[in-house]
Amino acid sequence: MLTTLLIVLPLVAALVVWMTPLPREATAALAVLVMLTEVALWIVALAGFDFGSTALQDSAQHEWFSDLGVQYLVGFYGFSLWLAGLTVVLGAVAVGYAARAGRERPRAYLGLMLFLVGAVVGVFASQDLLLFYVFFEAMLIPIYVLVGVWGGPGRVSATVTFVIYTMAGSLLMLASIVAFGLSQGTFSLIDAGTSGNDWIFLGFAVAFAVKAPLFPFHGWLRAAYTESPPEVAALLSGVVSKTAVFGFVWIVLRHFPRPVEDWRTVILVLAAAGLVYGSLLAFRQQDVRGVVAYSSMGQMGLITFGIFATNDLGLDGAVLHSVSHGLVSAAMFLLAGMLIERTGTDRFDRLGGMAKGRPALATLVLVVGMFTLAVPGSSNFAGEFAILAGVFDRGWGYAAVGAVAIVLAAMYTLRLVSAILHRTRGDAVRDEARDLGPGELLLVVPLVALLLALSVWPAAISERSFPGDAPAAAVTEAAP
Amino acid sequence: MIPVASIATPEVDWLALSPPLALLAASAICLLGAVLVPVLARRAFSATVAGAGFVTAAVLAGFVFDRSPEQKLLIAESMTRDRLAALAQIILAVAGALAVLVSWGDRRRDHVGEYYALLAAAGGGMLFFVSAENLMTLFLGLEWFSIALYILVALDTHRKESLEAGLKYLIVGSFGSAILLFGSALTYGATGELGFNAIRDATGADDPLFVAGMAMIIAGLAFKASAAPFHMWTPDVYQGAPTAVTAFMSAATKAAALVVTLRILVTAFPEQAEIWTVAVAVLAVASLVIGNLAALAQKDVKRMLAYSSVSQAGFMLIAIAANTPLGGRALLFYLIPYGAASIGAFAVVAARERELARPVTLTTLEGWGWERPFFGASMWVFMLSFAGFPFTGGMIGKFYVFSAAYDAGWWWLVVIGVIATAVSIYYYLAVVRAMFMRPASARADLVVAGGSPPAEHALSVAVGAAVVITIGSFFFVQPLIDLAADAVASLPF
Repeated sequence: MLTTLLIVLPLVAALVVWMTPLPREATAALAVLVMLTEVALWIVALAGFDFGSTALQDSAQHEWFSDLGVQYLVGFYGFSLWLAGLTVVLGAVAVGYAARAGRERPRAYLGLMLFLVGAVVGVFASQDLLLFYVFFEAMLIPIYVLVGVWGGPGRVSATVTFVIYTMAGSLLMLASIVAFGLSQGTFSLIDAGTSGNDWIFLGFAVAFAVKAPLFPFHGWLRAAYTESPPEVAALLSGVVSKTAVFGFVWIVLRHFPRPVEDWRTVILVLAAAGLVYGSLLAFRQQDVRGVVAYSSMGQMGLITFGIFATNDLGLDGAVLHSVSHGLVSAAMFLLAGMLIERTGTDRFDRLGGMAKGRPALATLVLVVGMFTLAVPGSSNFAGEFAILAGVFDRGWGYAAVGAVAIVLAAMYTLRLVSAILHRTRGDAVRDEARDLGPGELLLVVPLVALLLALSVWPAAISERSFPGDAPAAAVTEAAP
Repeated sequence: MIPVASIATPEVDWLALSPPLALLAASAICLLGAVLVPVLARRAFSATVAGAGFVTAAVLAGFVFDRSPEQKLLIAESMTRDRLAALAQIILAVAGALAVLVSWGDRRRDHVGEYYALLAAAGGGMLFFVSAENLMTLFLGLEWFSIALYILVALDTHRKESLEAGLKYLIVGSFGSAILLFGSALTYGATGELGFNAIRDATGADDPLFVAGMAMIIAGLAFKASAAPFHMWTPDVYQGAPTAVTAFMSAATKAAALVVTLRILVTAFPEQAEIWTVAVAVLAVASLVIGNLAALAQKDVKRMLAYSSVSQAGFMLIAIAANTPLGGRALLFYLIPYGAASIGAFAVVAARERELARPVTLTTLEGWGWERPFFGASMWVFMLSFAGFPFTGGMIGKFYVFSAAYDAGWWWLVVIGVIATAVSIYYYLAVVRAMFMRPASARADLVVAGGSPPAEHALSVAVGAAVVITIGSFFFVQPLIDLAADAVASLPF
């Protein structure tokens, strides 16, 4: 019931926001209130959650159509509860940002944001393959419009590229779902067994590789992340990309152990390529959002390392790093948005010298930057360390590449921080560009506080994601 | 003098025949009204009668559905009373009723009575057609609704596109009918039988002429379903016909033709299944490829929707090619959201057309979604349903079609269907893109003709109903699939 409420509340709120002609302020207040309720509901779910149990919790089940055995089956496991928590927190912050920034046509905009949050929570809660597909696809509908209507100058081509890439991937997944579900006789992820079919496996793997994105499926990434409004970019890189993590862990690893063994090297090499390539591209970008976009691609490569290490260490690290990366990249995109509000640009050659007289902005950019480059002691460091230790089992080369990429992360992050804050003052930076106000701090500081809390206690997530290490065990058992 | 009672009259099951008869009656009353009712009240009178006819037909078909658990052959085995026919009749009659609502706002000055009379007659023909059980009634039903449609398409006599479309439809459609008739003749020649069940039981099935006859029957029906390569008439006719007629044709003609294709292939030609499943699969692939690629290049929204309907026919043919009960269920389910979205989409086009009094292209739709949010959001729902996105029945329909194909071993059809869907997203979303993502055009020729836009209450009701059916069929799959399963149970799989 609680899970259903978490999914349905934002979706219904979206309908209400679309249909009732409320004034701008009331709409914004309603949307923020719904998202805060959503966070509260999640906390209730967290408080009642038994992290020692391997069973599906807070589950709800309802027949949908019986002749093909498709049902509405939702609930949470440890790791998916964390991913859902990331979603509601970032959703609340993003809706708050949108409410504050005052977008044109607020009812349409905020309704779409709520719809997106509901769909992503639905992805993390689904335990039926067709239901999973429903929410996975449903995410595209709001994103398509949010980017295409409210984005930057290149928004239409950005959104078309994004939708065509991801639809091509997810339609192949639909074919795989049909084949897998009918051959298993059930679409339930709980009841389904394993399959050794490489083609079905590839249908799923490519869909998630596009969503993540993994090299070489990242063609949509830069335009989609930089053309969309900052709060939408925050949700895209923060939570939408994490649906790929859920898919890899809960569908690919558990149900295709044999193909995972066979294709592991390919995937790890692609992840390594994406990690290095994304980091190098991030180093070459001339704008804040470009750096964060490609940095996200690199970090998704790192998370993929952890997943396809298929051992406890790697998987725990992958979930922890998914959450910390989600928080970091969302914070970065929001900060970029606040910069653009002040200066009209996020290009490095027109920024600089902003630290002077703007202590709050400088502190937040620097702190979030430190998390991005995974300074030892941070939650990102803990996640990356677990991932690299996990992938070391699969070959020291991967760990070496990962270590190199962490150095690259330090390089592009420091370049970003100094380009905004230090050097001579850029021509776009005027004296009127104020420091962050209380409203803006209210949005970013909670994210930083969560990052700090996770740094103090990373085990909150890493030791509470996979009781009984189900996905890793599934692959290990199938290994010859 | 012989007492009347002593003449042996055939027993007629009036209930089973009542849905088409209701529409025939409505048509006759409309025709009378065209002469007798004063011109001021004529539109209201004709539309009400035709609408009532369609609603009555739907209700009567519902009765028939409820009371026909077993198939029963009527009138010397020329007609059938079963749930497949009844369900198809319900779908067709609802489509007709929605088409009446869409037609209401047409600012047609002349031929109002005739228009609604022909619409009801075409509907009656389709209802008759789907309950045909032998080759003669099949042809009779086909010609009945086709002739009515030929006239309807050309009814806007002041527009040369309409006349051109009518002529094209007449020539190509007659060609298709002739092929169907020739195929029927060959089949009769090979088996000596006309009834579908009798053809199945007849000997002489190894005659090559028999297979040729079957192929020609498939081709003739494919003309009506506008499946490639028999779709050439579709874009011109859909574009030229009055938009309300296009809405009706795209949903109803296709539904009727596909249901009859399923029935005749499964009932009369089970022995030749190895041949016709491949043939239908080839038609499906051709429709998907040609329909999709051609739709990509269209700027006129009606033409784009016409090619899209060709590709949608491809999806439904996949379900027929499966030749399983699951495939039958998939087809009947698919028809429901497809029909609703199709009528709804053309209704929205009609609304814009009436505002501007000029053809609707992607350019003339620019920014209109924000101006008329109800039509904009509805169009969005219809496009998402066509493209198979969640929260619309179109997605469940595609899922069923792919499941049926995979279940029957046609995995490559699944792959082609999936690729076709991916391509189709580009042009379906192009409509959304035009309506919401481009600023409203400032061109003077794109302002609303004749001042403020007329209130389109009837059309809005039709669009709203189409949205409810499109979205509702996503959430309430089980009851609809139960109906479809009951209907398919009357076929001898």
